[in-house]
Amino acid sequence: MPPPDPARRFHPASAPDYVPVEQLRDLQLARLQRIVRRAHERVPLFRTRCQERQVSPADLRSLEDLGRFPFTLKTDLRDTYPFGLFASPMEEIVRLHASSGTTGKPTVVAYTQADLDVWTEVMVRAFAACGLHRGDVVQNAYGYGLFTGGLGAHYGAEALGATVIPISGGNTDRQIMVLQDFAVTAICCTPSYFLHLAERARELGADFSRLRAGVFGAEPWSEAMRRRIETDTGVKAYDIYGLSEIIGPGVGIECFAQSGLHVFEDHFYPEVVDPATGAVLPDGAEGELVLTTLSKDAMPMIRYRTRDVTALIPEPCACGRTIRRIRRIGRRSDDMFIIRGVNVFPSQVETALLAVEGTLPHYQIVLTREKGLDEVEVKVEVTPEVFSDQIRALEALQHKLEQSLDHTLGIRARVTLVGPRTIQRSEGKAQRVVDQRQI
Amino acid sequence: MKLTQLSLFLENRPGALRLPCQVLGQAGVDILSLSLADTQQFGILRLIVKDTERARKVLEEAGCVVKATDVLAVEVPDRAGGLADMLGAFEGSGLSIEYIYPLVAGHRGKTAVLLLRVEDPEKAAAMLAGRKVRVLSREEALEAVGA
Repeated sequence: MPPPDPARRFHPASAPDYVPVEQLRDLQLARLQRIVRRAHERVPLFRTRCQERQVSPADLRSLEDLGRFPFTLKTDLRDTYPFGLFASPMEEIVRLHASSGTTGKPTVVAYTQADLDVWTEVMVRAFAACGLHRGDVVQNAYGYGLFTGGLGAHYGAEALGATVIPISGGNTDRQIMVLQDFAVTAICCTPSYFLHLAERARELGADFSRLRAGVFGAEPWSEAMRRRIETDTGVKAYDIYGLSEIIGPGVGIECFAQSGLHVFEDHFYPEVVDPATGAVLPDGAEGELVLTTLSKDAMPMIRYRTRDVTALIPEPCACGRTIRRIRRIGRRSDDMFIIRGVNVFPSQVETALLAVEGTLPHYQIVLTREKGLDEVEVKVEVTPEVFSDQIRALEALQHKLEQSLDHTLGIRARVTLVGPRTIQRSEGKAQRVVDQRQI
Repeated sequence: MKLTQLSLFLENRPGALRLPCQVLGQAGVDILSLSLADTQQFGILRLIVKDTERARKVLEEAGCVVKATDVLAVEVPDRAGGLADMLGAFEGSGLSIEYIYPLVAGHRGKTAVLLLRVEDPEKAAAMLAGRKVRVLSREEALEAVGA
Protein backbone atom coordinates (compact mmCIF):
# COMPACT_ATOMS: atom_id res chain seq x y z
CA MET A 1 0.00 0.00 0.00
CA PRO A 2 1.31 3.47 -0.79
CA PRO A 3 1.97 5.73 2.19
CA PRO A 4 -0.95 8.01 3.06
CA ASP A 5 -0.90 11.34 1.28
CA PRO A 6 0.41 13.85 3.86
CA ALA A 7 -1.77 16.52 2.25
CA ARG A 8 -4.82 14.72 3.66
CA ARG A 9 -3.63 15.06 7.23
CA PHE A 10 -5.06 17.83 9.37
CA HIS A 11 -2.56 20.48 10.35
CA PRO A 12 -3.39 22.63 13.40
CA ALA A 13 -2.46 25.83 11.57
CA SER A 14 -5.21 25.07 9.09
CA ALA A 15 -8.03 25.37 11.63
CA PRO A 16 -9.37 28.64 10.12
CA ASP A 17 -9.79 26.79 6.80
CA TYR A 18 -12.55 24.71 8.34
CA VAL A 19 -14.69 27.16 10.36
CA PRO A 20 -18.46 26.95 9.80
CA VAL A 21 -19.55 29.20 6.94
CA GLU A 22 -21.88 31.43 9.01
CA GLN A 23 -19.10 32.08 11.48
CA LEU A 24 -16.73 32.87 8.61
CA ARG A 25 -19.20 35.36 7.07
CA ASP A 26 -19.61 37.13 10.43
CA LEU A 27 -15.86 37.38 10.81
CA GLN A 28 -15.49 38.67 7.25
CA LEU A 29 -18.11 41.37 7.76
CA ALA A 30 -16.57 42.55 11.02
CA ARG A 31 -13.12 42.71 9.45
CA LEU A 32 -14.44 44.33 6.29
CA GLN A 33 -16.20 47.09 8.22
CA ARG A 34 -13.00 47.80 10.11
CA ILE A 35 -10.73 47.87 7.08
CA VAL A 36 -13.08 50.00 4.96
CA ARG A 37 -13.30 52.50 7.82
CA ARG A 38 -9.53 52.53 8.09
CA ALA A 39 -9.02 53.10 4.37
CA HIS A 40 -11.69 55.80 4.36
CA GLU A 41 -10.01 57.62 7.24
CA ARG A 42 -6.45 57.33 6.04
CA VAL A 43 -6.32 56.99 2.24
CA PRO A 44 -7.35 60.21 0.47
CA LEU A 45 -7.88 58.54 -2.92
CA PHE A 46 -10.32 56.00 -1.47
CA ARG A 47 -12.19 58.69 0.48
CA THR A 48 -12.59 60.84 -2.66
CA ARG A 49 -13.84 57.88 -4.70
CA CYS A 50 -16.35 57.00 -1.97
CA GLN A 51 -17.62 60.56 -1.95
CA GLU A 52 -18.03 60.49 -5.73
CA ARG A 53 -20.17 57.36 -5.41
CA GLN A 54 -21.92 58.71 -2.36
CA VAL A 55 -21.07 55.79 -0.13
CA SER A 56 -19.54 55.82 3.30
CA PRO A 57 -18.30 53.07 5.63
CA ALA A 58 -21.62 53.30 7.49
CA ASP A 59 -23.35 51.88 4.39
CA LEU A 60 -21.51 48.61 4.81
CA ARG A 61 -24.07 46.56 6.71
CA SER A 62 -23.70 43.25 4.86
CA LEU A 63 -21.05 41.62 2.70
CA GLU A 64 -23.22 42.31 -0.36
CA ASP A 65 -22.97 46.05 0.34
CA LEU A 66 -19.31 45.89 -0.64
CA GLY A 67 -20.45 45.92 -4.28
CA ARG A 68 -21.39 49.61 -3.88
CA PHE A 69 -17.83 50.63 -3.10
CA PRO A 70 -15.30 51.80 -5.69
CA PHE A 71 -12.65 49.57 -7.21
CA THR A 72 -8.91 49.98 -6.77
CA LEU A 73 -6.86 49.59 -9.96
CA LYS A 74 -3.24 48.80 -10.65
CA THR A 75 -2.94 52.28 -12.14
CA ASP A 76 -3.98 53.76 -8.76
CA LEU A 77 -0.81 52.35 -7.25
CA ARG A 78 1.23 53.80 -10.07
CA ASP A 79 -0.51 57.18 -9.95
CA THR A 80 0.09 57.52 -6.21
CA TYR A 81 3.68 56.22 -6.43
CA PRO A 82 5.37 55.51 -4.15
CA PHE A 83 3.43 55.73 -0.86
CA GLY A 84 0.08 57.29 -1.75
CA LEU A 85 -2.12 54.37 -0.70
CA PHE A 86 -0.42 53.70 2.63
CA ALA A 87 -2.67 53.78 5.70
CA SER A 88 0.07 53.55 8.30
CA PRO A 89 2.85 56.00 9.13
CA MET A 90 6.36 54.89 8.24
CA GLU A 91 7.05 54.33 11.97
CA GLU A 92 4.66 51.36 11.84
CA ILE A 93 5.74 50.02 8.47
CA VAL A 94 8.43 47.38 8.80
CA ARG A 95 8.74 46.17 5.19
CA LEU A 96 8.38 47.44 1.64
CA HIS A 97 8.17 45.32 -1.49
CA ALA A 98 7.81 46.42 -5.10
CA SER A 99 6.70 44.85 -8.33
CA SER A 100 9.09 44.52 -11.23
CA GLY A 101 7.59 47.43 -13.14
CA THR A 102 8.17 46.51 -16.77
CA THR A 103 6.65 49.82 -17.82
CA GLY A 104 7.81 52.85 -15.91
CA LYS A 105 7.70 52.98 -12.13
CA PRO A 106 7.21 49.89 -10.00
CA THR A 107 4.24 49.50 -7.67
CA VAL A 108 5.19 49.66 -4.01
CA VAL A 109 3.48 47.75 -1.21
CA ALA A 110 3.91 48.06 2.57
CA TYR A 111 3.52 45.84 5.62
CA THR A 112 3.23 46.43 9.35
CA GLN A 113 4.51 43.70 11.65
CA ALA A 114 0.91 42.49 12.04
CA ASP A 115 0.58 42.35 8.23
CA LEU A 116 3.72 40.25 7.99
CA ASP A 117 2.28 37.93 10.64
CA VAL A 118 -0.87 37.50 8.56
CA TRP A 119 1.23 36.79 5.50
CA THR A 120 3.25 34.16 7.33
CA GLU A 121 0.05 32.62 8.69
CA VAL A 122 -1.53 32.21 5.26
CA MET A 123 1.70 30.81 3.84
CA VAL A 124 1.83 28.24 6.66
CA ARG A 125 -1.74 27.28 5.84
CA ALA A 126 -0.85 27.11 2.15
CA PHE A 127 2.10 24.79 2.72
CA ALA A 128 0.03 22.67 5.12
CA ALA A 129 -2.62 22.28 2.42
CA CYS A 130 0.10 20.86 0.15
CA GLY A 131 1.01 18.36 2.85
CA LEU A 132 4.25 20.00 3.91
CA HIS A 133 5.22 19.81 7.56
CA ARG A 134 8.08 19.81 10.05
CA GLY A 135 10.84 17.62 8.67
CA ASP A 136 10.35 18.67 5.07
CA VAL A 137 13.35 20.21 3.34
CA VAL A 138 12.09 23.11 1.25
CA GLN A 139 14.18 24.60 -1.53
CA ASN A 140 12.89 28.11 -2.03
CA ALA A 141 13.86 29.08 -5.56
CA TYR A 142 11.63 32.12 -5.75
CA GLY A 143 13.67 35.27 -6.09
CA TYR A 144 14.56 36.98 -2.83
CA GLY A 145 14.37 40.72 -2.89
CA LEU A 146 11.76 43.26 -3.81
CA PHE A 147 9.65 40.49 -5.37
CA THR A 148 7.29 39.09 -2.72
CA GLY A 149 7.73 35.44 -3.76
CA GLY A 150 11.04 34.74 -2.04
CA LEU A 151 10.48 36.18 1.41
CA GLY A 152 6.80 35.19 1.50
CA ALA A 153 7.56 31.53 0.93
CA HIS A 154 10.62 31.74 3.17
CA TYR A 155 8.89 32.92 6.34
CA GLY A 156 5.90 30.66 5.74
CA ALA A 157 7.99 27.52 5.38
CA GLU A 158 10.12 28.47 8.38
CA ALA A 159 7.06 29.11 10.58
CA LEU A 160 5.70 25.76 9.46
CA GLY A 161 8.79 24.19 11.00
CA ALA A 162 10.24 22.97 7.72
CA THR A 163 13.93 23.27 6.86
CA VAL A 164 14.28 26.16 4.44
CA ILE A 165 17.01 26.48 1.84
CA PRO A 166 16.95 30.15 0.79
CA ILE A 167 18.65 29.53 -2.54
CA SER A 168 16.65 32.18 -4.43
CA GLY A 169 16.32 32.05 -8.23
CA GLY A 170 18.88 31.29 -10.92
CA ASN A 171 22.09 29.26 -11.13
CA THR A 172 20.38 26.12 -12.30
CA ASP A 173 23.27 23.70 -11.88
CA ARG A 174 23.74 24.75 -8.27
CA GLN A 175 20.00 24.36 -7.68
CA ILE A 176 20.26 20.78 -8.94
CA MET A 177 23.27 20.00 -6.79
CA VAL A 178 21.45 21.28 -3.70
CA LEU A 179 18.23 19.52 -4.66
CA GLN A 180 20.08 16.23 -4.82
CA ASP A 181 22.65 16.55 -2.05
CA PHE A 182 20.37 18.10 0.57
CA ALA A 183 17.64 15.49 -0.08
CA VAL A 184 15.10 18.21 -0.80
CA THR A 185 11.46 17.10 -0.43
CA ALA A 186 9.64 20.21 -1.64
CA ILE A 187 10.45 23.10 -3.96
CA CYS A 188 8.96 26.54 -4.51
CA CYS A 189 9.46 28.26 -7.87
CA THR A 190 7.65 29.16 -11.06
CA PRO A 191 6.38 26.11 -12.97
CA SER A 192 8.33 27.05 -16.08
CA TYR A 193 11.54 27.30 -14.10
CA PHE A 194 10.87 23.89 -12.58
CA LEU A 195 10.53 22.39 -16.06
CA HIS A 196 13.83 24.01 -16.95
CA LEU A 197 15.40 22.53 -13.78
CA ALA A 198 13.99 19.07 -14.45
CA GLU A 199 15.27 19.12 -18.01
CA ARG A 200 18.75 20.10 -16.92
CA ALA A 201 18.66 17.55 -14.07
CA ARG A 202 17.94 14.81 -16.59
CA GLU A 203 20.93 15.87 -18.68
CA LEU A 204 23.13 15.76 -15.60
CA GLY A 205 21.65 12.46 -14.47
CA ALA A 206 20.80 14.02 -11.10
CA ASP A 207 18.66 12.10 -8.64
CA PHE A 208 15.88 13.91 -6.89
CA SER A 209 13.69 11.00 -6.00
CA ARG A 210 13.13 12.52 -2.56
CA LEU A 211 11.36 15.50 -4.06
CA ARG A 212 7.66 15.03 -3.39
CA ALA A 213 5.91 18.33 -3.86
CA GLY A 214 6.26 21.52 -5.85
CA VAL A 215 4.51 24.73 -4.88
CA PHE A 216 4.33 26.57 -8.17
CA GLY A 217 3.05 30.05 -8.85
CA ALA A 218 3.76 33.61 -10.02
CA GLU A 219 2.62 32.82 -13.55
CA PRO A 220 -0.42 31.17 -15.12
CA TRP A 221 0.10 27.54 -16.12
CA SER A 222 -2.17 24.97 -17.67
CA GLU A 223 -3.37 21.51 -16.69
CA ALA A 224 -1.25 20.20 -19.54
CA MET A 225 1.83 21.67 -17.92
CA ARG A 226 0.85 20.14 -14.58
CA ARG A 227 0.47 16.72 -16.17
CA ARG A 228 3.83 17.10 -17.83
CA ILE A 229 5.52 18.01 -14.55
CA GLU A 230 3.83 15.24 -12.58
CA THR A 231 4.40 12.54 -15.20
CA ASP A 232 7.96 13.48 -16.05
CA THR A 233 9.23 14.09 -12.53
CA GLY A 234 6.83 12.31 -10.14
CA VAL A 235 6.48 15.56 -8.19
CA LYS A 236 2.99 16.56 -7.11
CA ALA A 237 2.48 20.03 -8.53
CA TYR A 238 0.39 22.46 -6.48
CA ASP A 239 -0.78 25.80 -7.77
CA ILE A 240 -0.34 28.75 -5.42
CA TYR A 241 -1.89 32.12 -6.10
CA GLY A 242 -1.05 35.56 -4.91
CA LEU A 243 -0.17 39.07 -5.91
CA SER A 244 1.92 41.68 -4.20
CA GLU A 245 -0.89 44.27 -4.17
CA ILE A 246 -2.89 41.94 -1.91
CA ILE A 247 -0.05 40.43 0.13
CA GLY A 248 2.19 38.31 -2.13
CA PRO A 249 1.96 34.54 -2.47
CA GLY A 250 -0.55 32.90 -0.14
CA VAL A 251 -3.85 34.36 -1.30
CA GLY A 252 -4.98 30.96 -2.56
CA ILE A 253 -3.68 27.39 -2.66
CA GLU A 254 -4.63 23.99 -3.96
CA CYS A 255 -5.25 21.14 -1.52
CA PHE A 256 -4.69 17.45 -2.31
CA ALA A 257 -7.86 17.46 -4.43
CA GLN A 258 -6.12 19.84 -6.89
CA SER A 259 -9.51 21.05 -7.91
CA GLY A 260 -9.44 24.81 -7.65
CA LEU A 261 -7.55 27.03 -5.23
CA HIS A 262 -8.85 27.69 -1.74
CA VAL A 263 -8.83 31.41 -1.02
CA PHE A 264 -7.91 32.33 2.54
CA GLU A 265 -11.06 34.35 2.65
CA ASP A 266 -10.87 35.17 6.33
CA HIS A 267 -8.10 37.56 5.18
CA PHE A 268 -8.87 38.15 1.49
CA TYR A 269 -12.48 38.64 0.46
CA PRO A 270 -13.08 37.46 -3.11
CA GLU A 271 -15.64 38.75 -5.60
CA VAL A 272 -15.95 37.92 -9.27
CA VAL A 273 -17.13 40.76 -11.48
CA ASP A 274 -18.01 41.32 -15.10
CA PRO A 275 -14.81 42.89 -16.44
CA ALA A 276 -16.76 45.20 -18.74
CA THR A 277 -19.47 46.51 -16.40
CA GLY A 278 -17.95 45.84 -12.99
CA ALA A 279 -21.16 44.16 -11.84
CA VAL A 280 -20.73 41.45 -9.20
CA LEU A 281 -21.39 38.00 -10.65
CA PRO A 282 -22.89 35.04 -8.79
CA ASP A 283 -20.74 32.15 -7.60
CA GLY A 284 -19.86 29.85 -10.48
CA ALA A 285 -19.88 32.57 -13.14
CA GLU A 286 -16.65 33.40 -14.92
CA GLY A 287 -15.30 36.90 -14.59
CA GLU A 288 -12.51 39.00 -13.18
CA LEU A 289 -11.34 38.30 -9.66
CA VAL A 290 -11.63 41.25 -7.30
CA LEU A 291 -9.99 41.01 -3.89
CA THR A 292 -10.34 43.01 -0.70
CA THR A 293 -7.80 42.65 2.07
CA LEU A 294 -9.64 42.16 5.37
CA SER A 295 -6.75 42.48 7.78
CA LYS A 296 -3.94 44.39 6.11
CA ASP A 297 -3.27 47.63 7.96
CA ALA A 298 -0.39 49.29 6.13
CA MET A 299 -2.05 49.19 2.74
CA PRO A 300 -5.67 48.14 2.70
CA MET A 301 -6.81 47.16 -0.77
CA ILE A 302 -10.50 47.64 -1.25
CA ARG A 303 -11.95 45.83 -4.25
CA TYR A 304 -8.66 45.45 -6.10
CA ARG A 305 -9.10 44.49 -9.76
CA THR A 306 -6.67 41.61 -10.29
CA ARG A 307 -7.28 41.24 -14.08
CA ASP A 308 -7.20 37.50 -13.44
CA VAL A 309 -10.08 35.60 -14.97
CA THR A 310 -11.66 32.88 -12.81
CA ALA A 311 -14.89 31.78 -11.15
CA LEU A 312 -15.77 31.12 -7.50
CA ILE A 313 -16.55 27.48 -6.83
CA PRO A 314 -19.32 27.36 -4.22
CA GLU A 315 -19.48 23.56 -3.86
CA PRO A 316 -17.76 22.02 -0.84
CA CYS A 317 -14.32 20.57 -1.51
CA ALA A 318 -13.35 16.95 -0.98
CA CYS A 319 -10.82 18.12 1.62
CA GLY A 320 -13.53 19.52 3.92
CA ARG A 321 -12.30 23.11 3.91
CA THR A 322 -15.13 25.61 4.14
CA ILE A 323 -13.23 28.49 2.57
CA ARG A 324 -14.30 28.83 -1.04
CA ARG A 325 -12.23 27.95 -4.04
CA ILE A 326 -11.49 29.82 -7.23
CA ARG A 327 -10.93 28.05 -10.52
CA ARG A 328 -7.29 27.96 -11.59
CA ILE A 329 -6.32 31.16 -13.33
CA GLY A 330 -6.14 30.09 -16.95
CA ARG A 331 -5.31 33.51 -18.14
CA ARG A 332 -4.34 36.96 -17.10
CA SER A 333 -5.63 39.77 -19.16
CA ASP A 334 -2.04 40.87 -19.79
CA ASP A 335 -1.26 37.41 -21.15
CA MET A 336 -4.15 37.49 -23.53
CA PHE A 337 -3.60 38.79 -27.03
CA ILE A 338 -6.05 39.91 -29.62
CA ILE A 339 -5.25 38.81 -33.11
CA ARG A 340 -7.44 39.83 -36.03
CA GLY A 341 -10.19 40.56 -33.52
CA VAL A 342 -9.93 37.16 -31.82
CA ASN A 343 -8.99 36.86 -28.15
CA VAL A 344 -6.29 34.23 -27.77
CA PHE A 345 -4.81 32.81 -24.59
CA PRO A 346 -1.53 30.88 -24.43
CA SER A 347 -3.37 28.06 -22.66
CA GLN A 348 -5.37 27.50 -25.85
CA VAL A 349 -2.15 27.21 -27.81
CA GLU A 350 -0.93 24.66 -25.28
CA THR A 351 -4.08 22.61 -25.73
CA ALA A 352 -3.61 22.62 -29.50
CA LEU A 353 0.03 21.59 -29.33
CA LEU A 354 -0.72 18.90 -26.79
CA ALA A 355 -3.44 17.42 -28.97
CA VAL A 356 -0.88 16.71 -31.71
CA GLU A 357 2.26 15.81 -29.82
CA GLY A 358 0.86 14.07 -26.76
CA THR A 359 3.29 15.98 -24.57
CA LEU A 360 3.74 19.69 -24.35
CA PRO A 361 6.77 20.97 -26.26
CA HIS A 362 8.47 24.24 -25.44
CA TYR A 363 6.87 26.92 -27.52
CA GLN A 364 6.69 30.65 -28.03
CA ILE A 365 4.07 32.78 -29.71
CA VAL A 366 5.43 35.61 -31.86
CA LEU A 367 3.07 38.30 -33.05
CA THR A 368 4.03 40.46 -36.00
CA ARG A 369 2.26 42.88 -38.26
CA GLU A 370 2.94 42.59 -41.97
CA LYS A 371 1.36 45.11 -44.33
CA GLY A 372 -1.19 46.02 -41.70
CA LEU A 373 -2.16 42.40 -41.10
CA ASP A 374 -1.48 40.61 -37.82
CA GLU A 375 0.46 37.39 -38.14
CA VAL A 376 0.87 34.69 -35.52
CA GLU A 377 3.88 32.48 -35.53
CA VAL A 378 4.16 29.64 -33.06
CA LYS A 379 7.70 28.44 -32.61
CA VAL A 380 7.78 24.84 -31.48
CA GLU A 381 10.90 23.05 -30.36
CA VAL A 382 11.55 19.73 -32.02
CA THR A 383 11.80 16.89 -29.51
CA PRO A 384 13.40 13.47 -30.10
CA GLU A 385 9.91 11.96 -29.87
CA VAL A 386 8.56 13.76 -32.91
CA PHE A 387 11.73 14.16 -34.95
CA SER A 388 12.07 12.14 -38.12
CA ASP A 389 14.81 11.75 -40.71
CA GLN A 390 12.21 12.32 -43.41
CA ILE A 391 11.33 15.81 -44.58
CA ARG A 392 7.77 14.88 -45.37
CA ALA A 393 7.20 13.54 -41.84
CA LEU A 394 8.33 16.84 -40.34
CA GLU A 395 6.30 18.81 -42.84
CA ALA A 396 3.29 16.69 -41.95
CA LEU A 397 3.89 17.42 -38.26
CA GLN A 398 4.08 21.11 -39.00
CA HIS A 399 0.86 20.91 -40.98
CA LYS A 400 -0.93 18.97 -38.23
CA LEU A 401 0.14 21.54 -35.63
CA GLU A 402 -1.16 24.33 -37.83
CA GLN A 403 -4.46 22.56 -38.30
CA SER A 404 -4.82 21.93 -34.60
CA LEU A 405 -4.10 25.61 -33.83
CA ASP A 406 -6.55 26.70 -36.49
CA HIS A 407 -9.16 24.37 -35.02
CA THR A 408 -8.61 25.47 -31.41
CA LEU A 409 -8.01 29.18 -31.88
CA GLY A 410 -10.08 29.88 -34.93
CA ILE A 411 -7.20 31.73 -36.58
CA ARG A 412 -4.41 30.82 -38.95
CA ALA A 413 -1.07 30.51 -37.24
CA ARG A 414 2.22 29.65 -38.86
CA VAL A 415 4.19 26.92 -37.11
CA THR A 416 7.96 27.04 -37.23
CA LEU A 417 9.92 24.06 -36.01
CA VAL A 418 13.00 25.21 -34.16
CA GLY A 419 15.97 23.44 -32.66
CA PRO A 420 15.98 22.12 -29.11
CA ARG A 421 16.62 24.70 -26.39
CA THR A 422 16.57 27.59 -28.83
CA ILE A 423 13.57 29.18 -27.13
CA GLN A 424 14.95 31.06 -24.20
CA ARG A 425 14.21 29.49 -20.83
CA SER A 426 13.61 32.24 -18.40
CA GLU A 427 14.81 31.90 -14.85
CA GLY A 428 11.61 33.52 -13.71
CA LYS A 429 8.47 33.93 -15.72
CA ALA A 430 8.16 32.19 -19.06
CA GLN A 431 7.75 34.61 -21.90
CA ARG A 432 5.14 32.78 -23.92
CA VAL A 433 4.09 35.70 -26.05
CA VAL A 434 6.42 38.04 -27.89
CA ASP A 435 4.51 40.91 -29.40
CA GLN A 436 6.51 42.61 -32.13
CA ARG A 437 3.59 44.45 -33.63
CA GLN A 438 4.01 48.18 -34.04
CA ILE A 439 0.59 49.36 -32.98
CA MET B 1 22.86 -6.01 -43.52
CA LYS B 2 22.05 -2.64 -42.04
CA LEU B 3 24.01 0.47 -41.33
CA THR B 4 22.92 2.94 -38.69
CA GLN B 5 22.49 6.50 -39.82
CA LEU B 6 22.16 9.46 -37.49
CA SER B 7 19.79 12.25 -38.47
CA LEU B 8 19.91 15.71 -36.94
CA PHE B 9 17.43 18.54 -36.96
CA LEU B 10 18.97 21.77 -38.19
CA GLU B 11 17.46 25.19 -38.17
CA ASN B 12 17.74 27.11 -41.40
CA ARG B 13 20.19 29.75 -40.25
CA PRO B 14 23.88 30.50 -40.67
CA GLY B 15 26.10 28.35 -38.47
CA ALA B 16 23.53 25.64 -37.84
CA LEU B 17 25.50 23.00 -39.73
CA ARG B 18 28.83 23.86 -38.24
CA LEU B 19 27.88 23.17 -34.62
CA PRO B 20 27.30 19.40 -34.86
CA CYS B 21 30.33 19.04 -37.12
CA GLN B 22 32.48 20.82 -34.55
CA VAL B 23 31.11 18.65 -31.77
CA LEU B 24 31.96 15.50 -33.70
CA GLY B 25 35.37 16.87 -34.58
CA GLN B 26 36.21 17.62 -30.98
CA ALA B 27 35.11 14.12 -30.02
CA GLY B 28 37.38 12.67 -32.71
CA VAL B 29 34.46 11.20 -34.66
CA ASP B 30 35.12 10.98 -38.39
CA ILE B 31 32.18 11.54 -40.73
CA LEU B 32 32.20 8.80 -43.36
CA SER B 33 29.36 10.14 -45.45
CA LEU B 34 26.59 12.68 -45.20
CA SER B 35 23.55 14.04 -46.92
CA LEU B 36 21.82 17.31 -46.26
CA ALA B 37 18.13 17.73 -46.96
CA ASP B 38 16.77 21.23 -46.87
CA THR B 39 13.45 22.98 -46.90
CA GLN B 40 12.69 26.66 -46.66
CA GLN B 41 12.49 26.43 -42.89
CA PHE B 42 14.72 23.68 -41.64
CA GLY B 43 17.14 21.00 -42.69
CA ILE B 44 17.96 17.42 -41.82
CA LEU B 45 21.56 16.32 -41.68
CA ARG B 46 22.08 12.60 -42.15
CA LEU B 47 25.39 11.15 -41.12
CA ILE B 48 27.25 7.89 -41.28
CA VAL B 49 30.00 7.49 -38.71
CA LYS B 50 31.88 4.50 -37.40
CA ASP B 51 31.15 4.92 -33.70
CA THR B 52 27.43 5.66 -33.83
CA GLU B 53 26.77 5.41 -30.11
CA ARG B 54 29.53 7.77 -29.18
CA ALA B 55 28.54 10.27 -31.87
CA ARG B 56 24.97 10.19 -30.71
CA LYS B 57 25.99 10.75 -27.11
CA VAL B 58 28.18 13.79 -27.82
CA LEU B 59 25.62 15.30 -30.16
CA GLU B 60 22.83 14.90 -27.64
CA GLU B 61 25.00 16.36 -24.92
CA ALA B 62 25.52 19.35 -27.18
CA GLY B 63 21.75 19.75 -27.36
CA CYS B 64 21.05 18.25 -30.79
CA VAL B 65 17.91 16.28 -31.56
CA VAL B 66 19.23 13.02 -33.00
CA LYS B 67 17.44 10.07 -34.51
CA ALA B 68 19.01 6.76 -35.49
CA THR B 69 17.59 4.94 -38.50
CA ASP B 70 18.75 1.98 -40.51
CA VAL B 71 19.89 2.32 -44.09
CA LEU B 72 21.06 -0.31 -46.60
CA ALA B 73 24.53 -0.17 -48.14
CA VAL B 74 24.11 -1.42 -51.69
CA GLU B 75 26.83 -2.13 -54.21
CA VAL B 76 26.27 -0.68 -57.66
CA PRO B 77 28.46 -1.18 -60.76
CA ASP B 78 30.43 2.01 -61.36
CA ARG B 79 29.47 2.41 -64.99
CA ALA B 80 26.84 4.10 -67.12
CA GLY B 81 23.47 2.54 -66.34
CA GLY B 82 24.67 0.88 -63.12
CA LEU B 83 22.23 2.76 -60.91
CA ALA B 84 19.36 2.28 -63.33
CA ASP B 85 20.01 -1.47 -63.26
CA MET B 86 19.98 -1.59 -59.47
CA LEU B 87 16.75 0.44 -59.33
CA GLY B 88 15.25 -2.02 -61.78
CA ALA B 89 15.34 -4.57 -59.00
CA PHE B 90 12.72 -2.54 -57.15
CA GLU B 91 10.27 -2.75 -60.01
CA GLY B 92 7.22 -4.70 -59.17
CA SER B 93 8.40 -5.26 -55.59
CA GLY B 94 5.97 -2.76 -54.08
CA LEU B 95 8.88 -1.27 -52.14
CA SER B 96 9.93 2.31 -52.59
CA ILE B 97 13.03 4.29 -51.80
CA GLU B 98 12.80 7.36 -49.57
CA TYR B 99 16.20 8.74 -50.53
CA ILE B 100 19.68 7.73 -51.66
CA TYR B 101 23.13 9.13 -51.08
CA PRO B 102 26.59 7.71 -51.80
CA LEU B 103 28.91 6.13 -49.29
CA VAL B 104 31.88 5.65 -51.59
CA ALA B 105 32.78 5.38 -55.26
CA GLY B 106 35.61 3.41 -56.83
CA HIS B 107 35.25 0.60 -54.33
CA ARG B 108 37.05 -2.57 -55.45
CA GLY B 109 38.03 -0.67 -58.57
CA LYS B 110 34.72 -0.62 -60.39
CA THR B 111 31.83 -0.39 -57.99
CA ALA B 112 30.15 2.30 -55.95
CA VAL B 113 28.37 1.84 -52.63
CA LEU B 114 25.10 3.70 -52.18
CA LEU B 115 23.04 4.16 -49.03
CA LEU B 116 19.33 3.51 -49.40
CA ARG B 117 16.67 4.59 -46.97
CA VAL B 118 13.63 2.37 -47.39
CA GLU B 119 10.55 1.90 -45.25
CA ASP B 120 11.30 -1.74 -44.40
CA PRO B 121 15.05 -2.42 -44.62
CA GLU B 122 14.77 -6.17 -43.80
CA LYS B 123 12.29 -6.80 -46.51
CA ALA B 124 14.16 -4.65 -49.04
CA ALA B 125 17.46 -6.38 -48.25
CA ALA B 126 15.92 -9.80 -48.79
CA MET B 127 14.29 -8.67 -52.00
CA LEU B 128 17.54 -7.18 -53.36
CA ALA B 129 19.56 -10.26 -52.46
CA GLY B 130 16.99 -12.34 -54.33
CA ARG B 131 17.52 -10.16 -57.40
CA LYS B 132 21.28 -10.44 -57.41
CA VAL B 133 21.98 -7.01 -55.92
CA ARG B 134 24.75 -7.12 -53.35
CA VAL B 135 23.84 -5.62 -49.98
CA LEU B 136 26.89 -5.03 -47.82
CA SER B 137 27.13 -5.95 -44.17
CA ARG B 138 28.00 -3.18 -41.72
CA GLU B 139 31.59 -4.41 -41.60
CA GLU B 140 31.89 -4.56 -45.37
CA ALA B 141 30.44 -1.10 -45.76
CA LEU B 142 32.84 0.36 -43.19
CA GLU B 143 35.72 -1.42 -44.88
CA ALA B 144 34.66 -0.05 -48.26
CA VAL B 145 34.94 3.48 -46.94
CA GLY B 146 38.26 2.67 -45.30
CA ALA B 147 37.05 2.94 -41.70
